[in-house]
Amino acid sequence: MSAAAEPSHALPPPRPLGYRLADFASRSWQAILLAVPYLWLLVFFLAPFLIVVKISLALSEIALPPYTSLWQWTEDGALSIQLYFQNYAYLIDDTLYLSGYLNALKIAAISTALCLIVGYPIAYGIARSAPTTRNILLLLVILPFWTSFLLRIYAWMGILNKQGLINNVLVFFGVIDQPIEMMNTDFAVYLGIVYSYLPFMVLPLYVTLEKMDPSLWEAAMDLGSRRWQVFVDVTLPLSVPGIVAGGLLVFIPATGEYVIPALLGNPSSPMIGRVLFDEFYSNRDWPVASAVAVVLLILLVVPILMFQHYQMRQAEEGK
Amino acid sequence: MRHGRSTFLTVWLVAGFVFLYGPILLMMAYSFNASRLATVWGGFSTKWYGELFANKMVIDAALLSLQIAAVSATVATALGTMAGIALARFGRFRGRLLFSGMVTAPLVMPEVITGLSLLLLFVAMEGAFGWPAGRGMMTITIAHITFSMAYVAVVIQSRLAQVDVSLEEAAMDLGSRPSQVLVDITLPLLAPAMVSGWLLAFTLSLDDLVISTFTSGPGATTLPMLIFSKVRLGLTPDINALATIIIVAVTTVVVIGTVVSNRVQHRRLAEGSRSGG
Repeated sequence: MSAAAEPSHALPPPRPLGYRLADFASRSWQAILLAVPYLWLLVFFLAPFLIVVKISLALSEIALPPYTSLWQWTEDGALSIQLYFQNYAYLIDDTLYLSGYLNALKIAAISTALCLIVGYPIAYGIARSAPTTRNILLLLVILPFWTSFLLRIYAWMGILNKQGLINNVLVFFGVIDQPIEMMNTDFAVYLGIVYSYLPFMVLPLYVTLEKMDPSLWEAAMDLGSRRWQVFVDVTLPLSVPGIVAGGLLVFIPATGEYVIPALLGNPSSPMIGRVLFDEFYSNRDWPVASAVAVVLLILLVVPILMFQHYQMRQAEEGK
Repeated sequence: MRHGRSTFLTVWLVAGFVFLYGPILLMMAYSFNASRLATVWGGFSTKWYGELFANKMVIDAALLSLQIAAVSATVATALGTMAGIALARFGRFRGRLLFSGMVTAPLVMPEVITGLSLLLLFVAMEGAFGWPAGRGMMTITIAHITFSMAYVAVVIQSRLAQVDVSLEEAAMDLGSRPSQVLVDITLPLLAPAMVSGWLLAFTLSLDDLVISTFTSGPGATTLPMLIFSKVRLGLTPDINALATIIIVAVTTVVVIGTVVSNRVQHRRLAEGSRSGG
């Protein structure tokens, strides 16, 4: 206001200082809002990966910390950098690692497919319920996700046991004569993964199915299609984004899963997550464990980027 | 979508919920089993609960877990809310791709990778700056903040996407400063989402085993770490009792939290749309 009263011909009047200060303050306020979480993630999420890569190129030695340093100053003041690729060569030489990766990918892929088969009708059933029932059913699907993952796996140990519920029931009804060994098998791992990751599959599926325009479905019905035909021709193709999102949410973490194979799995054919864990804790070989992690991350980079692409599109669409 | 489920879908839904809840309910029932044998029913008893409360190791681990969960959930809610607002409202800024990548990646990152990399970071930092000195409660808390802030950010971002920007824009047009708009309008609208975010971060922290194991040091045993070491040796009835307490407590808090936050949210949105015209 005061600036406008002053005679100024050539230049537009400068904005009042107070206004400019407030503007600057609010802009720096925004900058702080962004900078704090950004910095946190750079230090505690991105930097650790770079350190893992660095240590995977070092050698194991009996020291604290138990690996060699990559760079050293020589006596004449030059920097000498030593990179060792032995750890990666070792991963190829020893079949333990290769079979660990293959096992993990196989088990994760099969469990993801099973999750889809079990989860799709659940998501579809919820989407086709009346709105009030829908919210209750959704809460019921989400609730197990909130309760302890570890304890839910533990609950299955009591059921799959040789003296557990399933064997007792089957023996009682004469289906089998002898209890079958279900613990420490791949079957138990599939079951454990499907059980604990099911909500991750159902939720994205529900989101896409719920958004679907009912008139499409009705039009197809009016044109004389049968129920299952409408499903195959209309519903299924339109729900592909949900299938992809749910699939990635199950597949990526399941590939590196440690707890489920450790409690329910077969110790003689471990998944790579368990190999990494044991390499670190039993063998105390930090560089090899780091190399195992780097290769696992490389295997998962494409699925992770796909998931981020989906997540970003989802956020832009609003919900 | 027009409702009306086929019989097939109804049967599948019922079977799905039996599958999800059956094992948990069975485990709860067995926590009242008098027999030491995990699979033989020996009459009703609450003795395992008594033994549990007399076990100092269990109590200490539970207290440590609760402390870590409370601190990490609070910091994660603050950081996650900031990140969510930045992603939903700041438009395009330099480094946005990297930022949104770092926010969503922890949602799917295998725990063994996150755990190992954070441990190696802490060791390297201790070597370089002498901080953090050793590993324990502090390092576990930092690790939990890092992965749970991602979940909070996603909750906040999706909630903001549902809130009409026009409310904030109207306030700006009326001369409010952006920081004022944030405090007076955006944050109150976000309060219910922040409560759900906090609860989510709290339960994620309380539940975490793998990342805690990597970032923990001698003397810091969280409840999941204690449970895991007992469970690996086989079934014990006192774990059934402990599991029952944890599940009942978490379920109660989550159900109440969800219901309350939904109510508040609906009221706020209704008020917002009314005053927003």
